[in-house]
Amino acid sequence: MCVAVPALVRSIEGELATVELGGINQQVSLRLTPEVKVGDYVIVHTGYAINVLDQEEAEETLRLFEQMANAAEEGR
Amino acid sequence: MKYASEFRQGKLAGGVVASISRASRRPVTFMEFCGSHTVAIFRYGIRQVLPKTVTTVSGPGCPICVTANSDLDKAIALALIPGVILASFGDVLRVPGSKTSLQSVRAEGADIRVVYSAMDAVRIAQQNPDQRVVLLGIGFETTAPTIAAAILQAEEMGLRNFTVLSWHKLCPPAIKALLDAGDVALDGLICPGHVSAITGAAAWEFIAQDYGIPCVVSGFEPLDILHCIDMLVAQAENGQAKVEIAYRRGVQQNGNVTAQHLMETVFESCDADWRGMGTIPHSGLRLREDYARFDADREFTIVPGPTREPQGCICGDVLRAVKTPVDCPLFGKSCTPETPVGACMVSSEGSCFTYYLYGGKNG
Amino acid sequence: MADTILMAHGSGGKLAHRLVEDLIMPAISGTDPARLDDSAIIELRGRMAFTTDSYVIDPIFFPGGDIGKLAVCGTTNDLSMSGARPLYMSLSFIIEEGLPVSDLKRILESIHSAADEAGVRIVTGDTKVVDHGNADKLYVNTAGIGTIPTGVDISGANIRPGDKVILSGTIGDHGIAIMSKREGLQFGTNLLSDCAPLNKLVEDMIGASDNIHALRDPTRGGLATTLNELCLQSGTKVVVEEKKIPIRDEVAAACEMLGLDPMYVANEGKLVAFVTPSDAGKVLSAMRLNKYGTDSAIIGEVEEPDEAPSVVMKTLLGTSRLIDILVGDLLPRIC
Repeated sequence: MCVAVPALVRSIEGELATVELGGINQQVSLRLTPEVKVGDYVIVHTGYAINVLDQEEAEETLRLFEQMANAAEEGR
Repeated sequence: MKYASEFRQGKLAGGVVASISRASRRPVTFMEFCGSHTVAIFRYGIRQVLPKTVTTVSGPGCPICVTANSDLDKAIALALIPGVILASFGDVLRVPGSKTSLQSVRAEGADIRVVYSAMDAVRIAQQNPDQRVVLLGIGFETTAPTIAAAILQAEEMGLRNFTVLSWHKLCPPAIKALLDAGDVALDGLICPGHVSAITGAAAWEFIAQDYGIPCVVSGFEPLDILHCIDMLVAQAENGQAKVEIAYRRGVQQNGNVTAQHLMETVFESCDADWRGMGTIPHSGLRLREDYARFDADREFTIVPGPTREPQGCICGDVLRAVKTPVDCPLFGKSCTPETPVGACMVSSEGSCFTYYLYGGKNG
Repeated sequence: MADTILMAHGSGGKLAHRLVEDLIMPAISGTDPARLDDSAIIELRGRMAFTTDSYVIDPIFFPGGDIGKLAVCGTTNDLSMSGARPLYMSLSFIIEEGLPVSDLKRILESIHSAADEAGVRIVTGDTKVVDHGNADKLYVNTAGIGTIPTGVDISGANIRPGDKVILSGTIGDHGIAIMSKREGLQFGTNLLSDCAPLNKLVEDMIGASDNIHALRDPTRGGLATTLNELCLQSGTKVVVEEKKIPIRDEVAAACEMLGLDPMYVANEGKLVAFVTPSDAGKVLSAMRLNKYGTDSAIIGEVEEPDEAPSVVMKTLLGTSRLIDILVGDLLPRIC
């Protein structure tokens, strides 16, 4: 029930932001996330940014997956 | 695509699957509440990589599937009023009401427009001052704040021709009703990731505390879902029951306070009819008195005609995970994606549609 | 010439003649005006391929093309998919009164370009004008004729277990280019429709191998629908690998945003070929040398069917799932 995608905030024009995902640009509303800054990643649902994406947590999670993959390799 | 593609890497999946297989001893059943999770699980064949001890069942988290026939009939009746432009998110159009669907009614001349965003509906109202725009407000806590924002925007613009027909529903009361009904024994809940982005993981505390069921908030990429299942298995094996966040990049404990505030400004909770689950107290949203002029329910006199439920359809049981789509006598026979009988087969997130599309007639 | 198309332009009188002679004839090649009889006379030898199509696309102008280019390419490609050399086309218009003449001119120029590139001659046609509201700007109908060289037998029924499945390029370009211009779905992208005539590509492929069993262009309903039609026609199981299917970043991103599966999004300049395994490499090389096949890739292969013919996708995770035919319209989903 939640088709939402991560996108990069390229510019902000009032309560709207131009975000980019895979080369596509879209104007989204920042009414739910007024604290957003250029350079942030946001999660976009039906043309609204619903949350700011925590990039550090994203990297941390990926590192965890790498560790698990290495552990599985060694365990073989 | 940054922060999406990395979480689909097949080469990393093996590591998470190994972790799950190593830890999992007792047979467990986890429910994914959210329709988008059901789609992802089937699209990536997640069930095939899980050990035999882990079973997943699909819950009623598909806003379209749980919209009652009587609500659909209301929308259809509204669309037929001269001078009304009905704005709707796309997937609602094909759902059959008691007699017909929005799609059929559009083919007969009703002005029904597919919108991708609530903002689009506001724009249509602005561009068509002589017509009355009604936006079908469907969705859970992920979408409701966007509708609230659109209503506030319409207020700021002084629009007098914009209303919302609220079908919005809340997840925690529905999950509570499901658990109280006791029809399905769950060892864990895969919590909806984007609903949680709004509500915060705190919304699920009552499930862990009052029902002793492990809860983990999951993202929607295949690695996210496997990660969530890994954490649920760990809790189940250790006899724990707490709320954890696997989707840490998107969800915090307290959620999006601004969005919650927007929702509370415009909406208040009310009882709501869920297809297959009856009336669940405080599980719906309606517009507050202060926003009455944006409420289609109050602004229009809607005469939908008698409600009729489809014969033989067990959507209700499927939504409550009491039955699976393949248990339905109509599945794959008279009820197919081309000729759907119930909402679960029409919605692209419905269990029956998903089973059919990705698993074929045999499920 | 007036600014807009009027009912009189379709009535067969003076204005209609002016339209045909001044606007339509100069734009399309292939007919000697002195021989403007009621039917075109052509001589053919051997097996003939014959196709017809109607084009009702909205918007009529889209990034990368228009309804005219689409009509020529669509007809050309239908013929090519039987291994035929496209030769002649008919071109009929149903115009909504009020269409700007400048729009019609643009579309005719497009048709001229596309027909030139494909090497197809437009030899007969018709023009009708209907009242405002009785058509959506412009509808185009075509019929096409081509000849099939001796020895060429290309049909979905020829597909065998063991065949390799080759796709000529990225999926979903056309559908997403169209959607990017639709009301309410506007997103900024440089993405163009892939609308293109594929007959030269097919000639190159047939030149490289006698063992091309089937060709099909995955238009409405996308690659998934086409693969399903073919597996049903041949009673086989078609297995494709998700990671091998070429897709542009922008298309993938747009599909994510809209909740669409790119396997179901329309293409207008791509083909899928089923080739005996020993010739797959040769055919692939030939395709990659053609400008409409630079991103060609082997995406899967054909197997013996299970209980029923099916199309199976090996996902990024290495798991398998079924791919079914598209049902209804491809509507963006939010939930």
